Amino acid sequence: MLRLPPYRLLEPSSAEEAVKLLADEPGEAMLIAGGTDLVPNMKHGLFEPKTVISLAKVEGLEGVSDSDAGLRLGPMTTLADASQNALIIERAPALAQAAGVVAGPQLRNVGTLGGNLMLDTRCRWYNQTYFWRKGLGYCLKKDGTLCHVVEGGARCVAAASNDTAPALMTLNASAVFLGPDGEREVAIADLWTNDGIVNKKVSTDELLIAIKVPPQAPGHHGTYAKLRRRDSIDFPLFGCAVRLDLDEEGTVSGADLAAVALVARPMRVKGVEELLLGTKPGSEAFDQAVEEVAQLAYKRCRPLDNVPGDAEWRREMVPVYVRRALRSATASSGA
Amino acid sequence: MRTLHLLVNGDRLAVAAPDHWTLIEVLRYRLGLTGTKQGCDKGDCGACTVLLNGKPTLSCILPASRAEGHELTTIEGLRPAHCAAGGEGTDPVQDAFDRCDALQCGFCQPGMMLSARALLNENAQPDRKTIQEALSGNLCRCTGYTQIIEAVELVVADAAGVDPVLPAWQVDRDGEDLPLAPAVEKATTAEGDN
Repeated sequence: MLRLPPYRLLEPSSAEEAVKLLADEPGEAMLIAGGTDLVPNMKHGLFEPKTVISLAKVEGLEGVSDSDAGLRLGPMTTLADASQNALIIERAPALAQAAGVVAGPQLRNVGTLGGNLMLDTRCRWYNQTYFWRKGLGYCLKKDGTLCHVVEGGARCVAAASNDTAPALMTLNASAVFLGPDGEREVAIADLWTNDGIVNKKVSTDELLIAIKVPPQAPGHHGTYAKLRRRDSIDFPLFGCAVRLDLDEEGTVSGADLAAVALVARPMRVKGVEELLLGTKPGSEAFDQAVEEVAQLAYKRCRPLDNVPGDAEWRREMVPVYVRRALRSATASSGA
Repeated sequence: MRTLHLLVNGDRLAVAAPDHWTLIEVLRYRLGLTGTKQGCDKGDCGACTVLLNGKPTLSCILPASRAEGHELTTIEGLRPAHCAAGGEGTDPVQDAFDRCDALQCGFCQPGMMLSARALLNENAQPDRKTIQEALSGNLCRCTGYTQIIEAVELVVADAAGVDPVLPAWQVDRDGEDLPLAPAVEKATTAEGDN
């Protein structure tokens, strides 16, 4: 039985109130959305906040709205709702797919889009009970000074494990945060830092209030492919999102590839667009470009022993999943 | 400490619990509803599944206050809900799990049956893949899942009034079909649900 450490629970009804409550107890209060990541982490003694501020009753953080500027996604939208939302399926198929393969059905009914974006990094030496971690002398990310993944490592390499992050990166989405000084918008691709302890450039007094997905190209296609041991419940052992824009003739006019569950930050694989531009799915040139992209990804993506699954096996799976993602992208719905 | 106002299996209840308690702690240790099982206690196994507004949810990682204002169904509520809707005996899902021997130790059953019930409420004719996906968040360490999936298929077949495809284990070595346990007999003898 795993008990939660005692805390005081606050349930503000507005985003402004939530931000004020956060500022009232700097560093000692934490936000909880669905809690599917935070609650197990608190049970493991990874976080022991004095105060937990629930976003469940905050108004205006849920749902999907559409305008000329694209989709505005409420961060409290559950992953189940996001994966079944007609607008997201049509305009941002990779995001719908990624949301639909996060964890298992029960977790998607409670876990939220915002929570998945703000997910803590994961490591096999970190996401363990207090007793387990104590037996090992703790680790660099929590309570200790030693990294068990990289011998002599001075920087935490816990893996970004949020399925929706690479999908949002390929969609050139941005996140809107509310802090004591007002709102700020940041591109999701610029949100990260390669530090496993805290991998987001977000202050502890800021609240995610929206995710914006700009309008995509007319021939937008996207997909998300996820490697894991079971086809449910598990976090990714490797995940990659693909964007493939096709022009009127059906040739590639834009492309992007982002991967997750490698290092501390979700990672864009650069140089993919150049390889695919001008090729037409179904042609030999496209197949060859797909192979080149797969090999490029193999070169750039080097899984570490930070999450379960043999790192070498995970690396061999990189080109396999990149190929699958690119091939199935052309079959996905486009705007 | 706070007073939670919950709607559990149709009953309006006010119950006091500390801020940091999860829903399963309130259900098991305040309300005595021990049908909801505490397995991994960290959101992996699905044994603690309850229905929140009809949707399967893990009560071991749900802060209890999140259940306020929502309709909560635990395994104890399945049979009363079935009877209140005009049915007889146990919920067809419970009956089918019994008839298909879809359990050994039984620990995963409450969660399995609630996930199955939630699926069937939304989709009365799911195919095997849909059933597998709907139950994919519930781990069973005994049966290997086959009879559990077949139990849900039996409910679907019964509801449609067709004979279920007999599972392999019910065809004996001489090729004769062994009949399923009759539904009516079991249903009338079943008493407690937990």
